[in-house]
Amino acid sequence: MATLQTRATARLMMSPAVILLFLWMIVPLVMTLYFSFLRYNLLMPGTEEFIGFLNYQYFLTDPAFFTALGNTLMLVGGTLLITVVGGVLLALVLDQPFWGQGIVRLLVIAPFFVMPTVSALVWKNMLMHPVNGLFAWIARSFGFQPIDWFAQLPLFSIILIVAWQWLPFATLILLTALQSLDGEQIEAAEMDGAGAFSRFFYLVLPHMSRAITVVILIQTIFLLSVFAEILVTTNGGPGLQTTNITYLIYAQALLQFDVGGASAGGIVAVVLANIVAFFLIRLIGKNLER
Amino acid sequence: MARAVTPRRKLIFTIVGWSIGFLIFFPILWTFLTSFKSEGTAIATPPQFLFFDWTLENYHEVQSRSDYMKHVINSVVISVGSTLIGLALAIPAAWAMAFSPTKRTKDVLMWMLSTKMMPPVGVLVPLYLIFRDWGLLDTRLGLVAILTMINLPIIVWMLYTYFKEIPGEILEAARMDGASLMKEIVYVLTPMAVPGIASTMLLNIILAWNEAFWTLNLTAANAAPLTAFIASYSSPEGLFWAKLSAASTMAIAPILIMGWFSQKQLVRGLTFGAVK
Repeated sequence: MATLQTRATARLMMSPAVILLFLWMIVPLVMTLYFSFLRYNLLMPGTEEFIGFLNYQYFLTDPAFFTALGNTLMLVGGTLLITVVGGVLLALVLDQPFWGQGIVRLLVIAPFFVMPTVSALVWKNMLMHPVNGLFAWIARSFGFQPIDWFAQLPLFSIILIVAWQWLPFATLILLTALQSLDGEQIEAAEMDGAGAFSRFFYLVLPHMSRAITVVILIQTIFLLSVFAEILVTTNGGPGLQTTNITYLIYAQALLQFDVGGASAGGIVAVVLANIVAFFLIRLIGKNLER
Repeated sequence: MARAVTPRRKLIFTIVGWSIGFLIFFPILWTFLTSFKSEGTAIATPPQFLFFDWTLENYHEVQSRSDYMKHVINSVVISVGSTLIGLALAIPAAWAMAFSPTKRTKDVLMWMLSTKMMPPVGVLVPLYLIFRDWGLLDTRLGLVAILTMINLPIIVWMLYTYFKEIPGEILEAARMDGASLMKEIVYVLTPMAVPGIASTMLLNIILAWNEAFWTLNLTAANAAPLTAFIASYSSPEGLFWAKLSAASTMAIAPILIMGWFSQKQLVRGLTFGAVK
């Protein structure tokens, strides 16, 4: 098949992309690793020195780290719960034939294309504002006390915004998986007297399980790094209530200029993300073999 | 499917489907409507839905801000530039992997994917310092470079899955007829690959347009794209809802329309071919 010459050409064609990506991945990561062992603050130039694992010790024993870790887990977990459950239900509805299906599909996927800063500010101001916001008006119309979203439930507010952005992604992928389901199988089950619920739990859900796993893993990768939504709405506050790991490291690096500490945090974040990535890569790799 | 759909069932799902679609789309619709209100109407209680004095004043005012066009141009340059450079790097790579695969091709692909899993904060510090020392902070060049590298794995993967679908027999036939590698690429493969390349380009422009970690961290005034421009409305200008809405509408409208055209490719691109 492939001659020596074409093989050499192929290698040549691949090399720019491979070399650049390799540099992009290795150089900054090695630098982060190196900085993480230094006392290095941009506000105190000239005091850099090797301090071993001290940065890690500070970062990992800082109460802020545990708060941020908890917030990160809540943010990822809460968003996943809303988007996966909502996505399955939405996919089931969108899979049914009805008038204007194509248009509804477009409406449902729209939030995915809205830039994070816009969705965060629109939700925070125009929907969730405790006095003039639309939610406050709805609450008052029904005789309830409006919720001051970002004061009372700051983390949950951010979860809602992020879930709104990612629900389309989950829906679209689950819908794609659902549409590849064999209609005859469902029909056969129906004829054998399986009700709607058993059809869903024994046929549809197992069929979608792979797609659900893909959604969970990919979203987790992106949700671990939620940043813009926090920056423009709460700046991590009140207190540390909406600070996730990403925001904590950002604050340490670009607000406190603590290069060493932020680098140690960055390495911790890389390790956390890699645990998820490990499973995702295996899953996709399996798919590639087929 | 031969299943009979009763009109009643269809009607119920029409109502349910449209209600959900409307609810999910509502924040965008609300932004769009608010952008035509005066500031006073925008915060009125009860809210005004359709029957208010429609005005274009907010659009005029946002556009007359001296720096507005600069941010639009930045967004265009950064998203289109990084996508084009990414394509230039990725097309030959994906091509080679799809048409003369070796034992290691799969490993290279998986490794490229793994670079995408690296959380941006993991490399924020060194990149910030490199950018500072090389004078790349707040420049379009710097952002184009970063976004190219961020999206390169997705571009390679998407192209690879498209190229894989081109039947190999066609290549063999061309080779039998004595076509050189260059001729093979230009006359045989390129025409078949154009649709895949086009949709890859579209999706990546969207992703780069909306990227909001590096654009917020590495720009200030000069190279800030629309993501950062909108972020400047967080305070205290966020109180001006009508202007925020007008700026937001202009920032998302073109990309929303592109997104609607690329919805099929979205699944393939973002799941790295794991779900098609």
